[in-house]
Amino acid sequence: MTTAIATAGLAKRYGRTWALRDCTVAIPDGKVVGLVGPNGAGKTTLLQLAVGLVGPTEGTITVLGGRPGAGPAQLQLVGYVAQDTPTYPTLSVADHLRMGGYLNRNWDEGLAEARIGRLGLDPAQHAGSLSGGQRAQLALTLAVAKRPEILLLDEPVAGLDPLARREFLQSLMEDVARHGVSVVLSSHLIADLERVCDYLVVLVDSRVRVCGEVGDLLAAHHRISGARRDPRSLPSDHEVIEESHTDRQSTYLVRTAGPILDPAWTVTPVTLDDLVLAYMGQARARDARRPALGLVS
Amino acid sequence: MIKFAWLQFRVQAAVAAGGLVVVAVVLAATGPNLVHLYDTTVAPCAARHDCSAATTALTGTDGPVQVVSDFLVLLIPLLIGMFWGAPLVAREFETGTFRLAWTQGVTRTRWLAVKLGLGAAVGMAATGLLSLMVTWWSSPLDRVRGNLFDPLEFGVRGLVPIGYAAFAFALGLCAGMVVRRTLPAMLAVLVGFFTVREVVTKWVRPNLIAPLHTKLAVTAGSLVGFDETPSGMTVVATTRGILPNSWVYSNQVVDRAGHAPTQAFLNRACPFLTTGQANFQACTVHLAARYHELVTYQPASRYWPLQWGELAIFVALAAALAAGCVWWIRRPVS
Amino acid sequence: MIDFQLDTASGVATYLQLVQQVRQALQLGLLKPGDQLPTAQQVVAKLAINPNTVLKAYRDLERLGLVRARPGQGTFIVGTLPRTDPALQADYLAQMAAWLRSARASGLGPDDIEAIYRTALRACFAEGVA
Repeated sequence: MTTAIATAGLAKRYGRTWALRDCTVAIPDGKVVGLVGPNGAGKTTLLQLAVGLVGPTEGTITVLGGRPGAGPAQLQLVGYVAQDTPTYPTLSVADHLRMGGYLNRNWDEGLAEARIGRLGLDPAQHAGSLSGGQRAQLALTLAVAKRPEILLLDEPVAGLDPLARREFLQSLMEDVARHGVSVVLSSHLIADLERVCDYLVVLVDSRVRVCGEVGDLLAAHHRISGARRDPRSLPSDHEVIEESHTDRQSTYLVRTAGPILDPAWTVTPVTLDDLVLAYMGQARARDARRPALGLVS
Repeated sequence: MIKFAWLQFRVQAAVAAGGLVVVAVVLAATGPNLVHLYDTTVAPCAARHDCSAATTALTGTDGPVQVVSDFLVLLIPLLIGMFWGAPLVAREFETGTFRLAWTQGVTRTRWLAVKLGLGAAVGMAATGLLSLMVTWWSSPLDRVRGNLFDPLEFGVRGLVPIGYAAFAFALGLCAGMVVRRTLPAMLAVLVGFFTVREVVTKWVRPNLIAPLHTKLAVTAGSLVGFDETPSGMTVVATTRGILPNSWVYSNQVVDRAGHAPTQAFLNRACPFLTTGQANFQACTVHLAARYHELVTYQPASRYWPLQWGELAIFVALAAALAAGCVWWIRRPVS
Repeated sequence: MIDFQLDTASGVATYLQLVQQVRQALQLGLLKPGDQLPTAQQVVAKLAINPNTVLKAYRDLERLGLVRARPGQGTFIVGTLPRTDPALQADYLAQMAAWLRSARASGLGPDDIEAIYRTALRACFAEGVA
């Protein structure tokens, strides 16, 4: 399997603030990747580095084997929708499609027009008078119709109402099914990602905390609860991610390779939501205790 | 890319075209009348030596149109810089659309080069057309006034407005790129445009081509007064009206060796110096015996070389700014 | 054509839900051999889920012998669910009843029995097919 995005020690600093640090990942091709984390964690920075809008302070990043933004060939491979889905307010929907055709070699006009028609957008309407959901769909159309190999979407559903969000994800998944593009989708809302993502990257406070296939991650994490027990008494291959105790009961979210067979534990399923929240909590606690943090993966 | 640049530019181009049409209509309606007036009243008057009435009548015709047309040629290059140049990149930063434009299938460098080229070309063409029309329309008046080298006049005729437009556009573009905000960039164009023009007008234009010198006899009409200097009094000669249609830099009263009249000489030759009663007739005879007027000037034939020279300077400035901008945009910054 | 639903709160993996819904439809007679399943594109356009999930579910169904994918045409129902032998069912029911009587006699209550059952069930089916 080829690598969609490969980084090595990637870091970006704005002034005195590090937006991204020690980022070393190898995101495989052909996946729908969820890039999750709280606001300000570095998701936008990582995507902007991948598309060549900003340059790294340290380290390297390659996207589909090439340097981001290096020449028309590389630019054709990557489709990008920025946060707030910028469009030209004074240009009409049809003008935007024309722009796509003028600026992209592989522009698929039929696909673009079919998509606009399916979405019910009026080609003559100025983009400035579209609703947020419609603008997001227009921006996604522009990104998809240039027939890239990878789509990078920065919080595309953040400002949308639930119906618009659902429609956006439906369109996106349909495009993935039809054209087989890889997608990297960043969000601080996890609920939507759970149904569409098969690969996960969790970013908290400018560092990657966990990174892997969703199926593998969910299989390797368990929530166990039972009688009050000290974490040190757990088997050595159980890595504690999150713990909570009452006077009688302990509940742990652990990462372990095999199934939990100890009958003393009640095992409940872990959702992606639980997993991400647990890692976010762990990150915060660790950063508070020890500022220098290694990669957890 | 050129088609996309046109797509974004079409409104501005339409406004420019519309404006030019309006100007053309007004000038075409009033221009022939001026030519007719000149041919019938001013041309024959030279033989009769009583031109003042005819010239006054001619220069007073269509006063508002004169003012507005000169004003337009003065201002259009600045407006091109402020409203076409400054927002070109700055607006994209302000609205975030650069994140859309720079992630399509063309590099930033190409994007900027094409938009820059289109804006500059249309701006220069529009300004050139405007200047052409106004220069043609004003030619009877300019012939009568003979003041084409006048600092303000020189800048609103002929070729130089084209250079100003290119420069203002490039200045606005660069300011917008660096500052990333339209309004401050527009302000920078305003300040930069007038500053550079002032500098060129005062210090560069006079030195572009070495001026000529000529000697004239001292006449009473050309002596205008006395001036107090650290080394004593000197006599002052006028620069106006002595060489028609020329640009007179200075008119000095000097002797064959190049020295100005001494204080002692002036006290003897022009005794009213101390009494304050001006009577240059007596003065003149004494001065003319030893002194002549040394005039430093550019003849009328130097008009177009100076126009081309200044055009070249501003186009070179614009090109340097443009090259700098295209180089700057390669830096990957957010 | 079957209309898939998704229950996000159930804790059951999405692809498993799709497999179960096909099996239930077969059991209820809503799907018969020869019927076509919706394409991955159609499913994700409605449910907004990852296409790989649909493909995984269809692969599982193919491994179970219930469907076959015909390249360029789609995925079609080919099999039926094996009807479990009623005699076999009755036999195991009797065995379970005996076991339950024994457990109850030893003092285990319904909740204890349920816990034991769930642990055993999980361990038994933890590896392998759903």
